[in-house]
Amino acid sequence: MSRLKDIVVAALGKDVKPDDTLSPASVISLFIPREQFAEATKALKNEYALLAAEWATDETSFSRGFGIYACFRKEMEYLIVRTSAPVDDPTFPSLTKKFAAAFRFERQIQSLMGVTAIGNPDSRPWIKHEDWPADAWPLRKSFDASKPLPRVPGEYQWIRVKGEGIYEIPVGPVHAGIIEPGHFRFQAMGEDVINLEEKLGYVHKGIEKRFESLSWHEASRLAGRVSGDSTVAHSLAYCRAVEALTGSPVPDRAMWLRALFLERERIANHLGDLGAICNDVAFAFLLYQFSRLREIVLRANLKLFGHRLLMDRVVPGGVAANIDAAGIQAIHQELDWLAREFERLVLIYDENSSVEDRVRDTGVLKPEQARDLCVVGYVARASGLNLDCRIHQPFPPYDRISVNVPVLVSGDVHARAWVRVEEVRESMRIIREVLNTLPEGGIMNPLSDPGPDRAGFAAVEGWRGETLYWVQSGPKGEINRCMVRDPSSLNWLGLEQCIHGNIVPDFPVCNKSFNQSYSGHDL
Amino acid sequence: MIRILKQIFRTGIVTEPLAPVADHEIERVGAELSKVIKQRFRGSLAIRQVDAGSCNGCELEIHAINNPLYNCERFGIQFTASPRFADLLLVTGPVSHNMEIALRRTYDATPTPKLVIALGDCGCNGGVFGESYASIGPVSKVIPVDACIPGCPPTPAAILLGILKLIT
Repeated sequence: MSRLKDIVVAALGKDVKPDDTLSPASVISLFIPREQFAEATKALKNEYALLAAEWATDETSFSRGFGIYACFRKEMEYLIVRTSAPVDDPTFPSLTKKFAAAFRFERQIQSLMGVTAIGNPDSRPWIKHEDWPADAWPLRKSFDASKPLPRVPGEYQWIRVKGEGIYEIPVGPVHAGIIEPGHFRFQAMGEDVINLEEKLGYVHKGIEKRFESLSWHEASRLAGRVSGDSTVAHSLAYCRAVEALTGSPVPDRAMWLRALFLERERIANHLGDLGAICNDVAFAFLLYQFSRLREIVLRANLKLFGHRLLMDRVVPGGVAANIDAAGIQAIHQELDWLAREFERLVLIYDENSSVEDRVRDTGVLKPEQARDLCVVGYVARASGLNLDCRIHQPFPPYDRISVNVPVLVSGDVHARAWVRVEEVRESMRIIREVLNTLPEGGIMNPLSDPGPDRAGFAAVEGWRGETLYWVQSGPKGEINRCMVRDPSSLNWLGLEQCIHGNIVPDFPVCNKSFNQSYSGHDL
Repeated sequence: MIRILKQIFRTGIVTEPLAPVADHEIERVGAELSKVIKQRFRGSLAIRQVDAGSCNGCELEIHAINNPLYNCERFGIQFTASPRFADLLLVTGPVSHNMEIALRRTYDATPTPKLVIALGDCGCNGGVFGESYASIGPVSKVIPVDACIPGCPPTPAAILLGILKLIT
């Protein structure tokens, strides 16, 4: 039975109703009256549940006004709490008092759906920049997404620190390196950062709205491009949500191949990040060494599966790339070589005192902050939170693989780097296990018909962390809503907090140790 | 330190006389690239990369041309931190509504004569994101574009080849 469900039922009693639109394979979902939305979450907070996502849907085509959803997670369970708001009163009680991480989700809901969280202390728009018309709510069904947006005059209200000797450093959106755009505003005194405020949304491409105009199959290509470095995680989470919604089984072999792609993506990205972290403390030697290893992994991807980043290899119903005996042999050999090379570099990283001096005790995200902000992925695991959906919400084949993940408590740049080191080792082991177990059989099943007014949910542990998708079908069985929650939506909050008390020149390495996605966050 | 030295000697020079796509493609492209960059850019082509809305896939492959196997610096290609000293803007897209102004400003801040390459399917034609309230579409709808490098994302070899084609 579900512990989280029992908690909500115990707190609210008869008012709680099971929500039957969610496909049973996905997750438990409860419908609660709007007035009690915040109250239900209070009970969950007391049980140490964490907020995973909060979003709204336009359900006017079902004559239900707006749907408001919050997803919680505790250990092995997810729970979705759902309520609705009428069109003429699009409001709901804010969850920010109990879950600080809700404040950005709610700003986003207000900005893009025009549904207001009553009680959220921060009413500034998010993603919707100051020059958008105030009544442009693109996720509403009545919004015509094909027309370009007009620009109106407006000014963003920054949080400012006042006092003698305080100055402000604006950075971005166009950064100095080859990275995505975003704006950081530092309030500093001397070299010390007093406050950092992020302003994101620069790469908002209308992805969630775009989903609604695509077929279920076409949309998997879009999901693979929500965040280019996590293409496997995103297409896998999308496909699993759609498969849950339609009740479509996936061939066993395809599931194991999906795990193979996911772990290869994890290795490639962690190798890139480890090099980049070292580069940001002026140890370029390891940048070039690690990027050499990364390149070899990407080339093997191209040779074996037809794409360096493995885009479009995971599709609804299965996978679009297979592997033969020679390929399996090639990966085993590659891993032998990679493990040897990798360990040499790790030793150099570990023994270098000037690197150590920069990465230890820098950018500390304390465990209690991590819990308050509900961060996920390696950011969480470096700050004492044992979260990994491969273990706690194991989707096949992870229910048949033992996964060990490192959990460190220091929460500094070094911890976030070292979690990656351990994860590369573990992923290499998992890949061998996958290759040794890989069952025979087909790699693709047809997708069953999605009925109207159904929903599907999936959580996948990508390299950056837990990636959530929640899809809902409309009256004709089309995509009515596709909610995407990249790990970055939560983890960006952690970056703002970890920088307090650090010096401005350490910001790049702190940022790199988080390495969050702008595109996955901005959507 | 001894480990670092050992690793350097053990690794040797990995920069390729290499065959990632077609045989000796990079070597051939590279030799031509260096020649043209020497003649037309006094040995140094400074590139400012601008992400105007991409999914970050293209950025990963642009990073890759800097890795020691492609080592684009040997041909005289270097990435600069500011548009003020760039010869070429390498723009990935689609251009988002929220990045349009920043892209125009970056273009204006680049001294003339300047070249612009739209990189990736989205930068070339809007790609999977198309045109909408949030996505303006191809880079050429916002600033003048001299060449396109298609691909989702283009491979490092295709990026080098695309740059060569434009400057030749």
